[in-house]
Amino acid sequence: MRLFVSEGAPGSLPVLAAAGRAQGREELLISTVGPEECVVPFLTRPKVPVLQLDSGNYLFSTSAICRYFFLLSGWEQDDLTNQWLEWEATELQPALSAALYYLVVQGKKGEDVLGPVRRALTHIDHSLSRRSCPFLAGETESLADIVLWGALYPLLQDPAYLPEELGALHSWFQTLSSQEPCQRAAETVLKQQGVLAFRPYLQKQPLPSSFEGRAVSNEPEEEELATLSEEEIAMAVTAWEKGLGSLPPLRPQQNPVLPVAGERNVLITSALPYVNNVPHLGNIIGCVLSADVFARYSRLRQWNTLYLCGTDEYGTATETKAMEEGLTPQEICDKYHAIHANIYRWFNISFDIFGRTTTPQQTKITQDIFQRLLTRGFVFQDTVEQLRCEHCARFLADRFVEGVCPFCGYEEARGDQCDKCGKLINAIELKKPQCKVCRSCPVVKSSQHLFLDLPKLEKRLEEWLGKTLPGSDWTPNARFIIRSWLRDGLKPRCITRDLKWGTPVPLEGFEDKVFYVWFDATIGYVSITANYTDQWERWWKNPEQVNLYQFMAKDNVPFHGLVFPCSALGAEDNYTLVNHLIATEYLNYEDGKFSKSRGVGVFGDMAQDTGIPADIWRFYLLYIRPEGQDSAFSWTDMLLKNNSELLNNLGNFINRAGMFVSKFFGGCVPEMVLTPDDRRLLAHVTLELQHYHQLLEKVRIREALRSILTISRHGNQYIQVNEPWKRIKGSEADRQRAGTVTGLAVNIAALLSVMLQPYMPTVSATIQAQLQLPAPACSILLTNFLCTLPAGHQIGTVSPLFQKLENDQIESLRQRFGGGQAKAPPKPAVVEAMATAGPQQIQVLTDEVTKQGNIVRELKAQKADKNQVAAEVAKLLDLKKQLALAEGKPLETPKGKKKK
Amino acid sequence: MAAAAELKLLEKSLGLSKGNKYSAQGERQIPVLQTNNGPSLTGLTTIAAHLVKQANKEYLLGSTAEEKAVVQQWLEYRVTRVDGHCSKDDVRTLLKDLNSYLEDKVYLTGYNFTLADILLYYGLHRFIANSNSASICPNPAWRHRLLQVYNSGYPNTTCCPPSGLSFPYAL
Repeated sequence: MRLFVSEGAPGSLPVLAAAGRAQGREELLISTVGPEECVVPFLTRPKVPVLQLDSGNYLFSTSAICRYFFLLSGWEQDDLTNQWLEWEATELQPALSAALYYLVVQGKKGEDVLGPVRRALTHIDHSLSRRSCPFLAGETESLADIVLWGALYPLLQDPAYLPEELGALHSWFQTLSSQEPCQRAAETVLKQQGVLAFRPYLQKQPLPSSFEGRAVSNEPEEEELATLSEEEIAMAVTAWEKGLGSLPPLRPQQNPVLPVAGERNVLITSALPYVNNVPHLGNIIGCVLSADVFARYSRLRQWNTLYLCGTDEYGTATETKAMEEGLTPQEICDKYHAIHANIYRWFNISFDIFGRTTTPQQTKITQDIFQRLLTRGFVFQDTVEQLRCEHCARFLADRFVEGVCPFCGYEEARGDQCDKCGKLINAIELKKPQCKVCRSCPVVKSSQHLFLDLPKLEKRLEEWLGKTLPGSDWTPNARFIIRSWLRDGLKPRCITRDLKWGTPVPLEGFEDKVFYVWFDATIGYVSITANYTDQWERWWKNPEQVNLYQFMAKDNVPFHGLVFPCSALGAEDNYTLVNHLIATEYLNYEDGKFSKSRGVGVFGDMAQDTGIPADIWRFYLLYIRPEGQDSAFSWTDMLLKNNSELLNNLGNFINRAGMFVSKFFGGCVPEMVLTPDDRRLLAHVTLELQHYHQLLEKVRIREALRSILTISRHGNQYIQVNEPWKRIKGSEADRQRAGTVTGLAVNIAALLSVMLQPYMPTVSATIQAQLQLPAPACSILLTNFLCTLPAGHQIGTVSPLFQKLENDQIESLRQRFGGGQAKAPPKPAVVEAMATAGPQQIQVLTDEVTKQGNIVRELKAQKADKNQVAAEVAKLLDLKKQLALAEGKPLETPKGKKKK
Repeated sequence: MAAAAELKLLEKSLGLSKGNKYSAQGERQIPVLQTNNGPSLTGLTTIAAHLVKQANKEYLLGSTAEEKAVVQQWLEYRVTRVDGHCSKDDVRTLLKDLNSYLEDKVYLTGYNFTLADILLYYGLHRFIANSNSASICPNPAWRHRLLQVYNSGYPNTTCCPPSGLSFPYAL
C-alpha cells in the first residue's frame, strides 16, 4: 500500500491516526506530493490523501481510507458508524472547510470562524451527552471517533474554537487528542505550527462552495474581499496615508555592536563550518544562509543585532588534511578559512564577524570554563582503553580503524559502526583491527582522560529547559532530539583527546592532550565575539538582556542544546544560553545525497562558476529550505521556480509597475485617488505583510517567502484587472484611474523590495535604486504598508530584474555536477563505500592502481595471452575509475570543468 | 421526498416486503428511517446499507476489506459529489472521471455488482436523462448493464431500453 499525502492537507490527520490506531503502518509507504499533483489517474482534480492499494485501485476518500485500515484490523461495519461518517461527509465537512478557509487563508477570527460550524459542534456534543457514551459509536473508540477527530482537530486544537459550554465535546476531544496515534498524527501534520501548518495547502484550494443554512454571496471574489472588516480597512488606509512620516529615525550604526539596555538585543550564531571541507549547498542553507535571512530581518526591524560565525579549526581531520597536503595544521586552517570566507562573501552573508577557533581567546575562555567545571566537581578522570598505531605513533580515532565486526563478522566494519549490521561498535572490540592509514595492526593501550559529568548536571539542564522551551521558537526537531536524549538519561562524556592540534588541557599529566572538539567548538562563538570586542561578556554573560538565536542542521542539536548549556550551567558564570534553537532537516541533491568524494552536488565554490547570480541561489535554497522535513535540490525545479516565481510573478510585477510610471507619467509617481477597491487591496497587502512578520518572528523563513510572492501575485492581478495601459488613453477620469493604479502598484513594488531584502539583498538594492526609494524606507520594515513613494516622487531608470533560465543551460549544469543518477554506477557496492572514502582509501586505491599497472606491464612484456592481458587491463581501468570517483573527479571526460 | 422514494424502490428490488416508514429532515430533506427497536437512522447511504443487511444481502456491501471500503467510497461520492450543488462544469468533470474510472471495470468494485452501483446510477440518472450528448455519459457498457438492473424497479426514463428484463442476476 502506498499513501500519498500533501504537506498541510487536513485529510492527513484522520488517515495517519487511523493507520497508527489500526497498526496498518508497517506495510504503509508514505509519499509526499504537492497540493496540486494529480495522483489518482481517473480524477481530473487533485485529491489528497490517497491510498493506492496493492491491487492498483485507489481510495481517494479520507473516510474510506480510514475505514479500510479499520477493516484490515478486523473491525466490523455498523449502522451507527456509517451514519456518523455520512454526516461527517455531507454536513460537517462543508461547514468545517469554510471555517478553516476563513481562519487560515483569510485570517478571520472569532465568530466569523466559529459561526459556520457551531451547529455541527452542538450536534456532536448533544449526541455524546444524550447517549452518555464516552465515544460516538459506543463504549470504545472507533472509526467514527478517529474520522471526526481528524476533521475537527485543525480547528479545535485552538482552544478558542472549542466552546466551553460544549462539555461533552470538550472531554471527547481531549481524550482522543491525548491518545498516542492521534498525538503522533497531529505532530506529524501540524509540526507545532498550529493551524498555520494548513496554510500552504488550503491556499491552493478553491474557496469552499456555500453550504446549507448559511447565506453566502455567489461572487467568490466579492466573498474574499468582504472578509476584511471596515475597521481593518480603515486602519490600513490611515497607516498608508501617514507615509514616510511614520518611519522612526534610523538606528545609528555602532561599532562594535553591543547590547543596549531596554532594547531588543539579538545575538545570532550559525553553526561553525568545519575548516577542512568546502561547504555544499546543504551546509549553506542549513546554517549561514538561514541565519543571514534572520539577521537581515532583525536589522530591518531595528533590533540591535549581532550576527557571528567562523571556522571550526581544531581536530584530527585537520591534522590528517595537513599531512595529506604537506602543510602544517595552521597553514591548512589559514588556507581553508579564506576559502570559506570567500564563499560566504559571494553568497552575500551579512556577518558582523566571521572568525575562527584557533585563537588565544579560545584557549583562554575554554580553559576558564574547564577550570570552573573542575573546581565545582563536574569533571572526573578515568582510564580509557584505546587503539594505538605504533607505526603511525598515534592513538587512532574511531574512524581510522577498520576490522571484522564482532557481531556479524563483516570484514570491513568501521571503528564506530558496522555498515552491514548497523550495530554500534566499540573500536577495541573489533576483531583483526587495522590502521586505515598504514594497514598495520594497532595495539590496545590505556590512556587517562577527562570526563564531563553530565549526569550531575542533568537536573540543572532540565530546570533551564523547563523555563526556556515553553513559548520559545525551538524547532520541533530540536525539541524532539533533546527530549529523546534526556529520556535515555545523560552519560558522562569524554572531553579530551590524544592529539596535538587543539586547545591544550591546563592540567598536570595532560600536557600532550587537547580538548575534544565538541567540548570547545561551541565555545568558539564566545571566543569569536571576544576577538571582535573586549566587551564580549556584555553579550555572553548577559542572559537578561540578550536573545540568543542559534542556527544549525539537526545533527548539531545535542552540542548546542545539551553539551554547551551543561558546561555553561556547571561553570556558574551567568552565561547567555540559547533562547531559540533553529535546526533544519537535511537538503538532498536531486535524488541522492551531496557527496564530495563522488563529485556529486554543488559546492559553495562551484556555485559562482555557474553564471547564476548569488541571489537566485539564495532564493531557490530558501524556497526549498528543509524546514520541517528533508527537501531536495533539483535543477529542473530551480529553473521552474526562477522562470515562474521570479521572472513571471515577482519580476514581472515590479518591472511593470516601474515601467508604467516611466512611460505614462514621465517617471513621476502620479496622484492617487483611492477607490473602495484600492482600499481593500491596501488592507489585503497589509494583512499579508503582517503574516510575513508573524512567520519571520517565528523563524519560519521558507513560508514567509511565500507571503512576498503572494503580494506580488495580488499586484499582478490588480494591474491586470485595471488595465492602466488602456485607461491612460481614455477620458480624464480614466487617466486619473490609470494614475491611481500605477501609483499604488509602484508603492507595492517598493514594499516588496524591502520585504525581499533578507532573501535577495542585491535584487532588493537594485529595485530600490530603480525606484529611488528614500533611504529610511530602505532600511526599516514596519508592520503597516506605507505610501513610501508619494505623488511627485521621481523614480530612476527601470530595467528587468531577472533572466530566464534555459533548459539546455540547466541540463549542462546538471551533467556537470553529476545530478540525476539515472545511469546507475557500474559497481554500486564500491561506489557506496566511496561515499565515506577518505584520503586513506584514496591512498589504498592509488597503490592498487600502481600494482595493477605493473601486472599489466609485466604481462605485456612477457607477451602473454591476449585475453589474459585484456582481463587485467579491464581490472586496471576499473580501479582507475574507482580512484577517480574517490577523488571526486567526474566520470565523464571533464569537458565543462574549469578550475577558476 | 425524493430520497424516500429512492429507498422505497431499493426495498422493492431487495425483495423486502414489509415497507419501512421514512420521514425527511432539514432543508436538504435528508431521509430518516424510523425503526421500532433502537434509534432512528439518518442519511441515504446509511439507510441503504441498513436495508441491504435487513435483506440478508450483505455481499452488496462488498466481501473483502478492499471492496467494502470501495463501496463506501462511492456511496460517499454519491451523496457529496453527485447530490452536491453542481455547476455544468462540475457535472462534466464528474462524468468524465467516472467514465475513465470505469474504463477497465464491469462494476464500480471491478467485477461484483454492489450497492454503490445502484445508488450511484440512480444519482446520475438526472444528468444522463437530461443530456443528449453521449460524450458526457459515463461508460456506456456500465450504463447499459445498470439500465438493465434498474429496469424492474426504478422509474422508466427516455434512456431506458424498452426491454423488460427483470431484476438481474446479481440480485
